[in-house]
Amino acid sequence: MTLLRVSNMRVSFGNKEVVKGIDFSIAPGEKLALVGESGSGKTVTALSLLGLLGNGRCSGTVHFNGASGTLDLFSLSEQAIRAIRGQEIAMIFQEPMTALNPLFSIGNQIAEVVQLKLGLKPAQAAKIAIELLEQTGMPEPARRANAFPHQLSGGQRQRAMIAMALACKPRLLLADEPTTALDVSVRAQILDLLQALQKETGMAVLMITHDLHLVRKFADRVAVMENGHLVESGSVAEVFANAQQPYTQKLIDSTPTRDPLEAAATPGPALLEAKDVKVDYPVQLPGWRGWFKKGSFTAVHHASFSIARGRTLGVIGESGSGKSSLALAVLGLHPQGGQISFDGQGWGKDKLSDQKIRRSMQVVFQDPFSSLSPRMTVAEIVGEGLLVHHAELSPEQRQQRVLQTLAEVGLTEAQFPNLLARYPHEFSGGQRQRVAIARALIVDPRLLVLDEPTSALDVTIQKQVLSLLQGLQRTRGLSYLLITHDVAVIRAMAHDVLVMKDGQVVEMGPTKDVLDTSQHPYTQTLIAAST
Amino acid sequence: MTQSTVQTQTLSLSPGRRAWLRFKRNKLGYWSLLVFSCMVALSLCAELISNDRPLVVRYQGQTYYPVLNEYPEKTFGGDFATPTDYLDPFIRQVLSQDGNWAIFAPNPYGYKTLNYFAKEPNPSRPTKENLLGTDDRGRDLLAQLIYGFRVSVLFALALTISGTLLGIVTGAIQGFFGGRIDLAFQRFIEIWGSMPELYLLIIFSAVFAPSILLLLVLLSLFGWMGLSDYVRAEFLRNRQLDYVRAARALGVSNWRIITRHVLPNSMTPVVTFLPFRMSGAILALTSLDFLGLGVPPGTPSLGELLLQGKNSIDAWWISVFTFLVLVITLLLLTFMGDALRDALDPRKADQDYQVEGSP
Repeated sequence: MTLLRVSNMRVSFGNKEVVKGIDFSIAPGEKLALVGESGSGKTVTALSLLGLLGNGRCSGTVHFNGASGTLDLFSLSEQAIRAIRGQEIAMIFQEPMTALNPLFSIGNQIAEVVQLKLGLKPAQAAKIAIELLEQTGMPEPARRANAFPHQLSGGQRQRAMIAMALACKPRLLLADEPTTALDVSVRAQILDLLQALQKETGMAVLMITHDLHLVRKFADRVAVMENGHLVESGSVAEVFANAQQPYTQKLIDSTPTRDPLEAAATPGPALLEAKDVKVDYPVQLPGWRGWFKKGSFTAVHHASFSIARGRTLGVIGESGSGKSSLALAVLGLHPQGGQISFDGQGWGKDKLSDQKIRRSMQVVFQDPFSSLSPRMTVAEIVGEGLLVHHAELSPEQRQQRVLQTLAEVGLTEAQFPNLLARYPHEFSGGQRQRVAIARALIVDPRLLVLDEPTSALDVTIQKQVLSLLQGLQRTRGLSYLLITHDVAVIRAMAHDVLVMKDGQVVEMGPTKDVLDTSQHPYTQTLIAAST
Repeated sequence: MTQSTVQTQTLSLSPGRRAWLRFKRNKLGYWSLLVFSCMVALSLCAELISNDRPLVVRYQGQTYYPVLNEYPEKTFGGDFATPTDYLDPFIRQVLSQDGNWAIFAPNPYGYKTLNYFAKEPNPSRPTKENLLGTDDRGRDLLAQLIYGFRVSVLFALALTISGTLLGIVTGAIQGFFGGRIDLAFQRFIEIWGSMPELYLLIIFSAVFAPSILLLLVLLSLFGWMGLSDYVRAEFLRNRQLDYVRAARALGVSNWRIITRHVLPNSMTPVVTFLPFRMSGAILALTSLDFLGLGVPPGTPSLGELLLQGKNSIDAWWISVFTFLVLVITLLLLTFMGDALRDALDPRKADQDYQVEGSP
């Protein structure tokens, strides 16, 4: 007997078909993972099951074995499907901050579900809400029930979301990337929690994810989606051991490979040297004292490190660990206490020497959508550095240089006709990141600060961009300061690694030593969470 | 590959151009823009449409252009050296003798022309001679409306431009530099914004001789604050985006970051509000004129006509036609503003992008 059987499901927006006729089924108590890259239609599939798509058009049949017999979810009235939502099929979302209402306490929000679906009195509902929170392992559930979403950490918010979803003991839980927005060490906890709750309640789970680690750890069966088609499905062990489709193989094979310039064991003289870097942010003091004085929050405490020519220093840490602040301080974009010297020169001596450092130190940011101005053409974006540092070039020479640099990062006129006059919106995430790299490379820098350069990209694209960066390091002898939260990226790229937690450097050393024989428990949890 | 994807591949559209295409797709807004532009263009040639002097006169074998030059009555065989009144029956008769001719504008009255030879008492109801009637001083209503519309639109344009420029500059300074400058400027705006604008206008119109320029300056001084806040907010948002950081890391100067990176990405509220600011400015001028605080007497103005309509309520044509001109103008501007807002709505732009599709 199956719990949910989807046959020939199609979803389209306007005249664009996003899901192109897929079939799958879930048995009661089964854990199915729906895997694919962004834009493959996996989230749309989940949302359409509950009729939450808004202006999308769905066709096909979805048979669901509910408490009241078999129903076709696509042919139900809005009222009938509302009875299913939350009660028989519940959903948890990727970003718990936006999925929870900021104006109500979480206890209130959970109690609302219980009141609505089970018809309980407010007092009873409040009690049940606390029990549910306790079930999800929330510390001090009675006190936390009165907390508002912004007062909780990301992991606690996701626990509250799960408590809300499980309030009515659904038969099927749709989990849309439930751990993607969380820190690595919290991810494992949430996944364990889902695992335990699933075993306890016997519900089925449809897990939507792009993370194959998660699939391997969590799911019984896996279904792979590409471009709206279901290309492969089967038991997890079977698919991972013996993938039939090239797309599946590409996904499985997308862990970045280590191929950096393995330089001499003894690194040369340091290109960048940082001593006791300390970064503060002003914060508002509470009460009337805040009128006269600003407090300060220290994001980075006394970090010291050095990078030699042609080598990569990886900085790893979770969100809030101060690693991006460190990057801004190194780039001279944020004031810092301590010494940063690049090739013997420090920031802020005079304008001319600052400009010289800027030319040799460039940056690539995480989000390829906000890092390119939407109103400038590729030629303007990439050529900007030349206008500043090589004002003597003629427009023709400048265009020549822009084309050369773009070719170096793998963007050519042959592939993209009229490349220079294009605007960023015409490129995919990976291509935009290449444009951002070209913008940094055009002034011939010697050090690139890479602030999470691949974490906004799909896994297969991530691998391509990383191998591009490795190639550039080899041909140009670049040094990298690589900031990331992903151990796999560090493993693939870095010569040395620096582990940060709450602004403190907890561990530092050659990559192999730190990752294989780590001393600090925090590093160990990071590594454990990533394998 | 379909036709459209081939096209998007060869033709790269800037965000501004895509917004214009979306604007064009909104029929109501687009046609409003066309009609309004025609009305403005026609009103700019008001002298050729409504004028008490003929465009060309042929008199005794010689050609005169009274629309450009002034000729004394003696030129056409009159008795006085005063400028010719071409509506005088005697001059008309002279000009229609054989060999002589005159081409009049379609509406042979200027905004100041008094029709001394009207058959009805002032204000005269619509007749064959005065198509929309006359006001209480015997001036042709149609001519008044045409010239009044022109004054309103030009004034509104000037006010919009000056207010927008001031708003952008002040908003940009506050938003980009932030911190103390922002704090000080915000307090200044709070104080400046709480000044009683109308009373200041009354006081100033008592102290100085009323003129359009004075009005423009006074209204500009108080008209920039709303927009300034929007621009400031956009700048605050955009200046911390990664592309601005990347530009800083490249060593681009503040001035270039503002003009090349932040400003073009902060123009959405400015452009969206343009038509609404125009209609607001027209309304402001009309109301001030209605109160008698606006343009100096003798300047054609819609507000003054409304006041006349109120004072002589029996002369329905004055109120009705003035009201119609105002309503149509404001409606067209509102339709344009609506279409513009839709065209620049980022959510609609995203949808558009999804439908057009990336390859």
